[in-house]
Formats: sequence, C-alpha cells, structure tokens
Amino acid sequence: MEFISQPWPWYVAGPMIAIVLLLMNYFGRGFGVSTNLETFCTIGGAGKASDYFKKDWKEQKWSLFFVAGIILGGYLSSHYLMPTENIAINPETASELAELGFANAGQSYLPAEIFSTENIFSMKGFAILIGAGFMIGFGARYAGGCTSGHAITGLSSLQIPSLLAVIGFFIGGLLMTWFLIPLIF
Amino acid sequence: MKNIRFLVIGSLFGIILSKSEVVSWYRIYEMFKFQSFHMFGIIGSAVLISMVFMQLFEKGKIKNHKGEKITTKEKKKGLTRTLVGGTIFGLGWALAGACPGPMFVLVGHGITTILIVILGATIGAFVYGLLSNKLPN
Repeated sequence: MEFISQPWPWYVAGPMIAIVLLLMNYFGRGFGVSTNLETFCTIGGAGKASDYFKKDWKEQKWSLFFVAGIILGGYLSSHYLMPTENIAINPETASELAELGFANAGQSYLPAEIFSTENIFSMKGFAILIGAGFMIGFGARYAGGCTSGHAITGLSSLQIPSLLAVIGFFIGGLLMTWFLIPLIF
Repeated sequence: MKNIRFLVIGSLFGIILSKSEVVSWYRIYEMFKFQSFHMFGIIGSAVLISMVFMQLFEKGKIKNHKGEKITTKEKKKGLTRTLVGGTIFGLGWALAGACPGPMFVLVGHGITTILIVILGATIGAFVYGLLSNKLPN
C-alpha cells in the first residue's frame, strides 16, 4: 500500500516515464505533449488566420486522447492515490521561499500565491498565469517541443537540436528562478 | 476505438507525474535552485533508459505493434529556434512550475487557475503559428 500512500521516488518515476515513451512508440506514435496546443488552435478555427494551422486535426486525434488521459490520470491520482498533499522540499528552499513571501511552502502541491482562484481576478495574478502560459506555448512551439518531446525523446535519440533546446530551457528557467521571481514576488 | 489505448497510456503518465510530484511548482523551483536531486534523477533516468529503448528500436530488436521498425521523427534544426524558443519556454516553465504535461495533470487535480495557463499556452502557440515564417530559425 506504500505504493499508493507514499510519493514515488525518482528511480521509480524516471524509468516509468521511459516506459510511457516505449508504449507510445510501440503503438506507432511519438511521445510529446505540446503539439496539442497547435491542434487546439486548428480546432478553434485558426486556419482562417494562418495557413500554418490549415491541417486536418483528426490526424492528431490520438494525441488528444493522450491529453485526455493525462487529465484523467491527474484526476484519479488526486482522488484515490494521494492521501498526502505535502511536498517534502528542501528546508532551505522553503525558508528562501518564505523570505520571498511564499507562506507554507511545501504544504501543498502548488503555492496559493500563484494558483489560488482569487488570482484570476487580480491584474497581477492573471498576468502571471496567462504570461507564463504564453511563454510555455510560444517557446515550446518555436523550439519544436517541450520537456517530453525535446528533453526525453530528443535527448535519448541523441538529437543536437534537442540538446540546444534543453540548454535553452535551463537558461530560461535559471533566469526566472534566480532573478525574475524575486522581482515579481 | 483504437485511440482508447492512448487514453490509458496518458492516464499512466498523469499518475506518474502526480505521484512523483513533478506537477508540483515547488519541485520545479527546487530543481532550478539545484537544491534537490529529485527532478534531475527523474529526467536523467528517463533519458538514459529511453536511450536504451531508442537503440533497440534502431537495431530493430523492438518493433511496433504492426511488426514495423520504429523510427523517431527528426527535430527541426536551427540554433536560434532551439536556443531562443527554449529560453522562452524555460522562463514560462519556471514561473508556472509546470510544463505542458503537468499543466493537463493539474486540470485533473481540479486546479481552476491552471486553465488560464493553458489558455495562455494556446494563445502562445497561435502567435507562434502566425509568425512562424517570419521568425529566424
């Protein structure tokens, strides 16, 4: 039952992600998530604005099922597989976050300072959510993939563009975490 | 419905990302602060084991369900595209504490605000599509 009640260590999660990649490939599809964002645009009629989106979204149906599965997996986990909400983060991280104004760091999956529902109705809160999303979507599509497509699929198949993209992910992530988050919060 | 298999694989992926706390903002913050091995262990071991699978695909030792050789799509090349696009992605990843997979997992966790992040990401992909032939590669 520990498998259900306790968080999974890295050496369980990492190999299982590789198995997800194996299963996707076995069934004839690549492992990646961010292409779906373009499919959403196509379904929403973006083909009228740009030829880039003039595609047959039905060819991506399998991937939409994959995304629906990810949502379902999240639902099943949060309802049946996660008795504890605490994240055992490094105490140093927690005290640094406290100084930045993040109360209760690690006592839930997400900081209320960013993800509480009231944030939708404040200018700053909304700007953070939509801005972060914009950078994720724009950046992933410009780079040609996200963590699953570049960091996992691309690195493991020894592709140079993926190595460059992952270097970029870290440049951006380090800039945000070390310099911008202390300015924003 | 052949696509149901992808729903099942997706659910497995969503459960892995939840149970290993990859969907936690704090885990991403900690990773970029180099204060925990957790995320590096997950991504590193996933890449190493996938590398073995990729070799087996390449050598034809593992074939797809139709018995055909498994090939991996080549990523688009370009120094600007990968580094600049990657950096923009990294900025968003660290701020939201979620990349595209975890974004959808959090919908399943019932987090309303993540829908705004997904909306932003979709707008981002749309703007990229509009500019795609004007941006440097």
